[in-house]
Amino acid sequence: MDAEVTLTVDGTRHQLPVDTRTTLLDLMRERLGVTSPKKGCDHGQCGACTVLLDGQRQLPCLALAVAHDGAEITTADGLAPAGELHPVQQAFLDNDAFQCGYCTPGQICSAVGVIDEVSRGWPSHATADLTGEVELSHDEVAERMSGNLCRCAAYVNIVPAVQQAGGAR
Amino acid sequence: MKPFAYARPADVAEAVRDVAAEPTAVFLAGGTNLVDHLKLGVARPDLVVDVRTLTSREVTDLPDGGLRLGAASTNSEVAADRRVLERYPVLAQALLAGATGQLRNTATTGGNPLQRTRCVYFGDVTTPCNKREPGSGCSAVGGYTRYHAVLGTTAALPDPTAAETCIATHPSDMAVALAALDAQVQVLGPTGERTIPFTELHRLPGDDPSKDTTLDHGELITAIDLPPLLAGTRSAYRKVRDRASYAFALVSVAAVVSGTDVRIALGGVAHKPWRATRAEELLRGAELTGHAVRTAMDAELAAAQPQPGEGGGNGFKIPLVNRTVVATLRELTPEASA
Ligand SMILES: Cc1cc2nc3c(=O)[nH]c(=O)nc-3n(C[C@H](O)[C@H](O)[C@H](O)COP(=O)(O)OP(=O)(O)OC[C@H]3O[C@@H](n4cnc5c(N)ncnc54)[C@H](O)[C@@H]3O)c2cc1C
Ligand code: SF4
Ligand code: FES
Ligand code: FES
Repeated sequence: MDAEVTLTVDGTRHQLPVDTRTTLLDLMRERLGVTSPKKGCDHGQCGACTVLLDGQRQLPCLALAVAHDGAEITTADGLAPAGELHPVQQAFLDNDAFQCGYCTPGQICSAVGVIDEVSRGWPSHATADLTGEVELSHDEVAERMSGNLCRCAAYVNIVPAVQQAGGAR
Repeated sequence: MKPFAYARPADVAEAVRDVAAEPTAVFLAGGTNLVDHLKLGVARPDLVVDVRTLTSREVTDLPDGGLRLGAASTNSEVAADRRVLERYPVLAQALLAGATGQLRNTATTGGNPLQRTRCVYFGDVTTPCNKREPGSGCSAVGGYTRYHAVLGTTAALPDPTAAETCIATHPSDMAVALAALDAQVQVLGPTGERTIPFTELHRLPGDDPSKDTTLDHGELITAIDLPPLLAGTRSAYRKVRDRASYAFALVSVAAVVSGTDVRIALGGVAHKPWRATRAEELLRGAELTGHAVRTAMDAELAAAQPQPGEGGGNGFKIPLVNRTVVATLRELTPEASA
């Protein structure tokens, strides 16, 4: 069964009919040619598909496109103007925070979300004082990024990259 | 995925009418559980009714001093709300111990307590499962039982072919905290509104393991209310898992110490968040020493049924949950002597 949806992805507006079963991830990758969000597990477990959906890091593999008519999506590809790097992308380069790169677009979008959540004072499971200040310590980054798996285990460099980008804000 | 029609009605009343009128229809909120189950073939609705933008996303003060969590409030936003952090830390801690940052940004107050079991056989449509396919039997008995129940089951090794057998646990962390807080569930159904004590929202398998809750078909959660707490109330959530982050609970404990009362809810041990009412009675007015808590929990767990299974079964949960309750109450009442 088809339904008409309108979406803005990385600043480009799209309007098209979709089967109600289509996820936002499949819509972007298969119909819109937006391939920076990767499909790892397709079940919300790996974080490779992470994008900013209506301003927050979320998983398009578990989102039905019809349920997000009118949504604004930013993928890793759309974080900075063409030819420029977002501070999180620069930090990943500076810290050599990837190997094969498959998980990287999701890691980067997730890191952008983490830095925003910390700036709003959101605590995490690793925060000792829930109502106190949050610092981007190693344990805070590891906990907050735990939904982004890296098969190459680049974690040792991802954590300092996120700390660098968070501190540089 | 089986084809389905999608509807986003004008308001909650219409959403309730739509679902009530179609026997296989389901509500959709964040979709982090439902969409997974649509893909797995575990959920096979003809109609999906989207309520995410119809219910409230706000957390509001109630006149009695409590808090109302709108059904569409997200797990992240509730866990970061100052009022929740200051007055109901057990709830913030439970939410922050669940899933991941991305999932919590999507998951909702209405959807989280209604997520279905993570029993591996429930999620695998090639295996018999009474919860997914009533009457087909239970594949978990004697199988992989590490995440399964020890309380509220009829026997260790119940009859796997019986239609009433199910040894699944409820996987929500949030629900354990809400049970300890004596939250109230605001429900809108085809015949009107009602309020259900959170402790009565979930049920034991009884003679129908396919039913997780006491909600009727078409009943929508519109909000969950947190009651006001006595001044000086302390609360905490502790979750024990196979790795330090991003895993479901083996066991978990939500505890609320309020005046002479202590309220204890257990996760990972039963088909529903388990209020340890026997232990609570024994501890009412008592000094919460390690010995007193251990003895009360021994009484609570006297009827526990360890399930045999691969890798030694789940008998480890009985001493583990007892120790976890002791540790949680020691954290909340450091003044009580060990
Ligand atoms: C990889 C992964 C790890 C996870 N880890 C954890 C964990 O450690 N701890 C934990 O607690 N959870 C965990 N979860 C589960 C997650 O918390 C739930 O999927 C989420 O809370 C469900 O909320 P939702 O809004 O997305 O619900 P949906 O998926 O939209 O709905 C869930 C169910 O509730 C029904 N429903 C939704 N809203 C209403 C309403 N208002 N009234 C009536 N019925 C309604 C739906 O019909 C559906 O049956 C994990 C999930 C994933 C994918
Ligand atoms: S324990 Fe329950 S959910 Fe798991 S296979 Fe048995 S009947 Fe199904
Ligand atoms: S592809 Fe979405 S989380 Fe793995
Ligand atoms: S860099 Fe290869 S999966 Fe992360």
